[in-house]
Amino acid sequence: MSINGRAYIVGAYEHPLRKAPDKPTALLHAECALGAVRDAGLGLEDVDGYFCAGDAPGMGPLSMVDYMGLKLRHFDSTDVGGSSYLAHISHAAQAIAAGKCNVALITLAGRPRSEGMATGTAPRPGSPALPDTHWEFPYGPATVNLYAMCAMRHMHEYGTTPEQLAWVKVAASHHASHNPNAMLRDVVTVDDVLNSPMVADPLHRLDCCVISDGGGALIVARPEIATTLKRPKVRILGAGEAIKGQSGGAVDLTFSAARWSGARAFEEAGVTPQDIKYASIYDSFTITVLMQLEDLGFCRKGQGGRFVADGQLIAGVGRLPVNTDGGGLCNNHPANRGGITKVIEAVRQLRGEAHPAVQVPNCDIALAHGTGGTLGARHGSATLIMERE
Amino acid sequence: MNTTTGTMASHGNPLLQEFLEAGASGRLLTRWCTACHRPHWYPRGICPHCHSLDTVWRESDGLGEIYTFSVMRRAATLYVIAYVRLDDGVTMLTNIQTDDPDGVRIGQKVQAAFGGPDLLGGLPVFRTIE
Repeated sequence: MSINGRAYIVGAYEHPLRKAPDKPTALLHAECALGAVRDAGLGLEDVDGYFCAGDAPGMGPLSMVDYMGLKLRHFDSTDVGGSSYLAHISHAAQAIAAGKCNVALITLAGRPRSEGMATGTAPRPGSPALPDTHWEFPYGPATVNLYAMCAMRHMHEYGTTPEQLAWVKVAASHHASHNPNAMLRDVVTVDDVLNSPMVADPLHRLDCCVISDGGGALIVARPEIATTLKRPKVRILGAGEAIKGQSGGAVDLTFSAARWSGARAFEEAGVTPQDIKYASIYDSFTITVLMQLEDLGFCRKGQGGRFVADGQLIAGVGRLPVNTDGGGLCNNHPANRGGITKVIEAVRQLRGEAHPAVQVPNCDIALAHGTGGTLGARHGSATLIMERE
Repeated sequence: MNTTTGTMASHGNPLLQEFLEAGASGRLLTRWCTACHRPHWYPRGICPHCHSLDTVWRESDGLGEIYTFSVMRRAATLYVIAYVRLDDGVTMLTNIQTDDPDGVRIGQKVQAAFGGPDLLGGLPVFRTIE
C-alpha cells in the first residue's frame, strides 16, 4: 500500500514566540494545536488521531491527550528526535489510509532557551541501560562535536571548505531577514561566519542553529475531509524513513540516512530531485544541510560544497531555495527539534503563503527532510514529498 | 572529559568490566564474532553483522589512524574527540591525548594508551606516533 494521494496536510501553525519563560510546555503544545486546527478550519473536537514525540511532557501521548481533552481513535509517539514529526506525517497518512483515523494532529513544543539548556555543547549521558553510553560518553560527545567530525571528514574527502559551509548560513540569514518572527534577522556574510568563535573545529558559532523556545503543529486529514475545507490543498506524495548508526564499527561519516529515506520517498512520490521547486532541509548545523542535499540526490556526493556556495540556496537567486523561513540556523529550532518547522514552511510555499520576498514562483512540488539524533553517531532520517493540488 | 567515568563503571555489563580489567594491564581488546569472524565496535553480546550471539575478545596491538576528529573549544578544558580506525578493522569513538591539539590531522598514526582509572575510568585514549 502506498500513501501517495491518501492524505493531505490541511493545517499548519508555527508558534510566534522564540522565548516563552511564562508559558508551560504543555500550553505551548496546546496553543500550537489550536493554531493548526483553526488554520484548517477545524476544531480540536474533530481530531481523532494524535502524534507527538519526546518533547511532549509525560509518557508518550498520555499527558497531552488528557491536558487538551482529546478524544482519539489513534495515537503514535514515535521518537526519532528532530525527524520525528516528518515520520509522524507518514504514519498519520498510513493510519488514515488504513481507516484508523480521519484527522491527525501533530505537535512539537519546548523551551530550551528559557530553561538555559546548553543544547549543543554539553555532553549528556543517557540511561545506564544504553548499550553505547559507557563506551562513548566519557569521551565527551556533545551534539556539536559529533557533527563537526562529519564536517571534518567531508572536507578531507571532498575538499569542502569552511566558506562553502558558511554559505548555508548566509542563505538562511537572507531568508530570515524577511521573517518578523525569526530569532536572528540580520543578514550575515561568509566572513561573519568564519570570524565567529570556533566552537568545535571546523564549526563556528554561526555554523550552529539557534536555541529557541516555541513550537508548531500540523493537521493531516483524509481526502474526503480535505476537499470540504477552504485552504489550499497539499497532497502527500511520498515518504521515507531510515536509521543509520556506526555500522558495527564500520563507521562512514561521509553520508547520512537521507540516502535511504530520500530514495524511498522519491520512489513512492514518483518524482525526482529535478521536480522539487522548494526544499526544507534540516539545518541543525551548516554541514547537516550540505550532506543531506547530496544524500537526497540534489547533487553528486562530494559536490555539496559547490552546490550551496555563492547564494545557490537563496530564493530568487539560487538554483534551489532552501529553508525560506530562515530555518533552524536563524528562525527557530523549538525544543531543539526542527522537524515540524521544516514541514510548516514547505506547506507555506506550496500554498503560496510564504513571505513574498522568498515565495518560490509556481511552487507545485516541495520536499521536507529531517534528521534526529546526531549524524556523527546514530540518527533517524525522514523525508516527505508534497504537491500543491 | 576525564571526570565522570569512574562512577559509570560496568553498570552490570560484564563486557565493560572485562575490558577495563584488560586495560588496567595495558591491553586493548576488541570484540569479534566466532560465526562470521568479523570484528565489531562497541563491544556487545550480539554480532551486529550476522546476529550471532557468539562473540569473543581478541587482543589488539592498539595501532590505528585518525579517521576524523574535532577540537572541542566550548568546554571547561579543551579536548580532542575523534574516531580512530584500528588496524584490526573497527573504528571507535575516543579522545586524542596531545599537547598540540592544533596539530592533529586526519590520517595520523596513533597508538592506544591507558591512563588508569583516573583517566576516563580506564578507557583507552590514543596518542599520535608520528
